[in-house]
Amino acid sequence: MCGIAGLIHRNGTSNVGQEMTSMLQALKHRGPDSTGFAIYGEPEENTFILRFKVAEQEDLHGALKIHEEIKRRKDAVDETLKTLGVKVMELKDATEYAFRYEIQYDGDMKLLSDHIEDIEGAEILSIGSALELIKDLGDASVVSGAYGLGNFSGTHGIGHTRMATESDVDIRSAHPYWAYPYSDIAVVHNGQITNYWLMRRQLEREGQRFVSNCDSELLAVYVATSLEKGMTLEDTLKKSIEEIDGVFTYLVTTKDQLGMAKDSMAAKPMVLYETDDMVALASEEVAIRAIVPHEIDTWDPYDEEVRVWQA
Amino acid sequence: MAGVETSKHAGEEMGLHTEPLKGRDIKTMFSLENEGGYAYAFAQDVDFNKRGSVDCQDKEATEINNEIRDLIKSGHGTIVLENPGAKHSVIVGILHRMNFIVNGSLGYFGCGLLDGPTVRISGRVGWSFAENMMAGVCVVEKNAGSTFGAAIRGGDLVCKGSVGSRTGIDQKGGTILVGGDTGAFSGFMMQRGRMVVCGNAGKNLGDSMYDGTIFVGGEIKDLGVDAIPAKLTDLDKAWLTRKLTQYDMMPDKGVDHFTKIVAGKQLWSYDNLEPSEKKLVL
Repeated sequence: MCGIAGLIHRNGTSNVGQEMTSMLQALKHRGPDSTGFAIYGEPEENTFILRFKVAEQEDLHGALKIHEEIKRRKDAVDETLKTLGVKVMELKDATEYAFRYEIQYDGDMKLLSDHIEDIEGAEILSIGSALELIKDLGDASVVSGAYGLGNFSGTHGIGHTRMATESDVDIRSAHPYWAYPYSDIAVVHNGQITNYWLMRRQLEREGQRFVSNCDSELLAVYVATSLEKGMTLEDTLKKSIEEIDGVFTYLVTTKDQLGMAKDSMAAKPMVLYETDDMVALASEEVAIRAIVPHEIDTWDPYDEEVRVWQA
Repeated sequence: MAGVETSKHAGEEMGLHTEPLKGRDIKTMFSLENEGGYAYAFAQDVDFNKRGSVDCQDKEATEINNEIRDLIKSGHGTIVLENPGAKHSVIVGILHRMNFIVNGSLGYFGCGLLDGPTVRISGRVGWSFAENMMAGVCVVEKNAGSTFGAAIRGGDLVCKGSVGSRTGIDQKGGTILVGGDTGAFSGFMMQRGRMVVCGNAGKNLGDSMYDGTIFVGGEIKDLGVDAIPAKLTDLDKAWLTRKLTQYDMMPDKGVDHFTKIVAGKQLWSYDNLEPSEKKLVL
């Protein structure tokens, strides 16, 4: 079933970490397997946030010598960064296997991403000047607590509670998806894409990489590729409705935008609340009411509807 | 089965069914002579003037519905829900003639399986509101989500704002009134009853409808398979005027501009079915 939610503040920042946590916790019943956040803070000049993991949570409970292996993989990432001339400004370990680096780097982002992911077990969750992508097993409160999102100040974000239907219960298959290797783009999706393999092979022939077999990852790569070609977010979303088959509602975020697209069957839910100060969307109104507790006017976007909001 | 009457009544004489019906509920629902039979034998005798309330704040749907049942058991005929907070599956399976006033919004699957009550909701409702409603009245003052009134069999279901997609999907009777717009696939596989949309209708309106009538006051994006326009008669106009006036939804320009949509009946040999087969379909 899965639950998705999005939020954008039009006039400045707010505690989007806590707000997204509340929204996603209200959607826990739609997907108990994993929870993910893509939240956008205030970017610093020439600085990127690199979030990556070197193991899955389940590896800790079974894999042989996993703690030594995690240390070895992280050392390999550090060595790669050093070799590529990446300056690490600040380093935090959210969990034993997931890390947050503030880096300065002016080289080719794809080269950096490819080299890090060449390391066994390493997967980049996100790179962005504002984007921080956090996902793990458990509900929103558990993930938010583990990664310290309770005081995350920012302008916008999207999130996902996942009920695994077509791929594994692990971080690799959890949403949101970062649009590798394009900075600051993330996607959450509720639905099924029926021409996934066709579209994936087409994008792979163009040189794009996929880390999972989850159909939602296709949307992230598709959107990023279109934006890279110079299309606007709104045009990209409209094109996606024509080219991607299936039933879906999905949300996309860039450094300063939040977008929404709904398929031509309108088969997946989305409730929208919009004011001059903020826009909040979710699979169910209860998620919006988690941050706006008073009575509000909301509505369902229609089939093939595309909306884009600016932070 | 004890208590089941076997005599022929008007419904049977009209040919609504040819086989003997079994079971008290089915029998009493079809008995036109026995007015009292329209209420369930186990329905609580409530006093409409006895008013109770449920504060939904910090409560799960089960707790709220249990409190509603307790109030009904103690004879309350009017129940007010405060702070409903868009919660799901509230006011479900109510088989009594009584009143509900909801001060706020409901979530998904609100007011499902109703048979008799009158419900007024000041906010909006989520997906699948009043699914399978059999009798009564539900009025929503703001917007509604998709599959509004799915498979309803009777009663009046009113949304004064706009509704989502697939409104009245599988509608089997009753009346759905929408003050604003409706989304795609509204009236999909409609089998009986009437749907009125004062605003615009999305694509594939009335797709694969067997029967029933759809009236649209605004623009229709396109019609679904086997849905065709029909002549708006004086009887239709009189009925539309009465219904829309009843719920204070009469458009400024009246009802003459409404488009009437019916089934072309080219997809199914529906009318060739035996009554017993018809009953199985419905």
